[in-house]
Amino acid sequence: MSILINESTKVVCQGITGNAGTFHTRGCRDYGTQMVAGVTPGKGGQDIDGIPVFDTVGDAVSATGANATMIFVPAAFTADAILEAVDAGIEVIAAITEGVPVLDMVRVYEIVRERNVALIGPNCPGLITPGECKIGIMPGYIHNKGSVGVMSRSGTLTYEAVWQTSNEGLGQSTCVGLGGDPIVGTSFIDLLKLYEEDEQTESIMMIGEIGGTAEEEAAAYVAEHVTKPVAAFIAGRTAPPGKRMGHAGAIISGGKGTAAEKIKALEAAGIEVAESPADMGAAVVRAIAKKA
Amino acid sequence: MKIHEFQAKELFKQSGVSVLRHVVARTAEEAAAAYDELATPIVVIKAQIHAGGRGKGTVKEVPGQHGVQLVKSREEAAQVALNLLGNTLVTIQTGEEGKVVNQVLVEEGCDIARELYLGIVLDRAVQQPVLMCSTEGGVEIEKVADETPELIHKEHFDPSYGLQSYQVRKLCQRLGIEGSSVRTTDRFMKALCRLYVDSDCSLVEINPLVVTSEGDIIALDAKVSFDSNAMYRQKSIAEYRDLSEEEPTEVRAAEAGLSYIKLDGNIACLVNGAGLAMSTMDIIKLHGASPANFLDVGGGANKEQVTEAFRILLEDPNVKAVLVNIFGGIARCSTIAKAIVAASQEIGFEIPLVVRLEGTEVEEGRRILEESDVEIITATDLTDAASKVVAAIST
Repeated sequence: MSILINESTKVVCQGITGNAGTFHTRGCRDYGTQMVAGVTPGKGGQDIDGIPVFDTVGDAVSATGANATMIFVPAAFTADAILEAVDAGIEVIAAITEGVPVLDMVRVYEIVRERNVALIGPNCPGLITPGECKIGIMPGYIHNKGSVGVMSRSGTLTYEAVWQTSNEGLGQSTCVGLGGDPIVGTSFIDLLKLYEEDEQTESIMMIGEIGGTAEEEAAAYVAEHVTKPVAAFIAGRTAPPGKRMGHAGAIISGGKGTAAEKIKALEAAGIEVAESPADMGAAVVRAIAKKA
Repeated sequence: MKIHEFQAKELFKQSGVSVLRHVVARTAEEAAAAYDELATPIVVIKAQIHAGGRGKGTVKEVPGQHGVQLVKSREEAAQVALNLLGNTLVTIQTGEEGKVVNQVLVEEGCDIARELYLGIVLDRAVQQPVLMCSTEGGVEIEKVADETPELIHKEHFDPSYGLQSYQVRKLCQRLGIEGSSVRTTDRFMKALCRLYVDSDCSLVEINPLVVTSEGDIIALDAKVSFDSNAMYRQKSIAEYRDLSEEEPTEVRAAEAGLSYIKLDGNIACLVNGAGLAMSTMDIIKLHGASPANFLDVGGGANKEQVTEAFRILLEDPNVKAVLVNIFGGIARCSTIAKAIVAASQEIGFEIPLVVRLEGTEVEEGRRILEESDVEIITATDLTDAASKVVAAIST
């Protein structure tokens, strides 16, 4: 089954006429995603490789039935682009942009929750259901259709994990990049719920990092509600406190958000934690064996 | 982005949040003049650095001089200022190197009846800003959170609506603030919440928040930091930035579009992606060595960026080897490989360089590295990369 997106998902790209928007629209289309439209205010009527460009998301949805969007709009306008997509009835939003002011996201988040829209990101690589639909910047070819549900706060570290699980012969049902910001639209818990209900997903891989308490909350949820095997890796054991490690959300502050705390909580919930980033695929294999 | 206490107090003043009268002094003479101007029997001299723990901190060059001191005469004011200015204050938050003090705050004395704590921060779990306060002012709030969390009171607020009066009344009850002080507190707290939102703050902290014997509410200390992502729309606040308080190599790296954090180990890392970069640091540690830095070269990684990255990494005298770990998604391994070779040729490596490539066009990338004149140790996966670089520094 997979979660959130599949072969019938119709995707619009907001910011399609920018360099990144054009490049990645082509990348997704070449992977097999149904890229049905693009939106850049003022450029309606143009097209990119035959993909029609509209002035508004509303127009794009009316014309094409698009139900998902990939946002490549500059940080100053990303919140607005997300709200526009919500307003137009889009169900899945992948906001790729990095650098969105966090208070913008506080406002957006409330609306997104109210309207029950799946917002992935911002500051994320997107999401992919291998073999069916790719919405984002990840290299499609490293993924295989399979049974591991992947969810991660990282970009390239996710690719590493996907690569390792593919090499173990496991494949992925869906991979979701949550994003590296302190406030993101979809949490580990939101995805655990979906993966637990999804028939194609047989095990779950969680990739977290320092900062915040998302992993601890996810661990508590797993202990109560998740029956499928779960493996995890936490990046940043060696990160110094108080410093932003690239991602705006990757910061240990007031002693909270350390890798050690997260690992402790995950292990207490029976989650198989990889000690090394080289061990992520193997951790999934171990988790599956334990529950077998 | 951090700012100094005196700058935070300027913002407070502009927002109608009460602070004591104060003067910023950059010389001993200015400090003495400030003492006269303030004309209170006791005056406080406070070192201005981007770190807390100043009261207990000590000056390297003048042992026994702390970062905060009460003085009772203009001569004392001048002497303390002299001891601080241009010297290095070491506190529990600065690390051993400490920070150079370039200005001091000279502030009037005040009749403190009670010391409270007030902070506004983004509650990531709830995804809303939260105002926290406590009767335990003047101590480390983390300690209070650990030992007596029931003494910390929280009210979340919507950035568009701000803090509501009923929330202020609730908090006043918990804090034992009564009578006319409740109205003062209402104005004070709402002004701070407005400041937090309007200026895109990440933290506003007042410790201690003082209640005077007259019932006035005053910010005795002020710590404010901002969401770096929002500084493009906060031009006047962006001007408060004090580059002398930041690590120079980190500033230089940021200007080159690199995300760099200096650590104290001896294996330098160059990686694409923050999570992968942290993991690379982690795996080096797991193999018994210590990372010299965090560096995320981002999705671009062209020759100029890789060259500048290498320059920055190699300027660290502790570095004995470099590990490049690239998982090419959009970035092609062949492009990165060419950049690495060109950069190495331009700079001339004298220490071992281990490169691990994976992802898009990896075969081509590895071929380019093997065929180049530059001595590069290639690695296949993460374990191979970590073992090779650790072995390289042991020989």
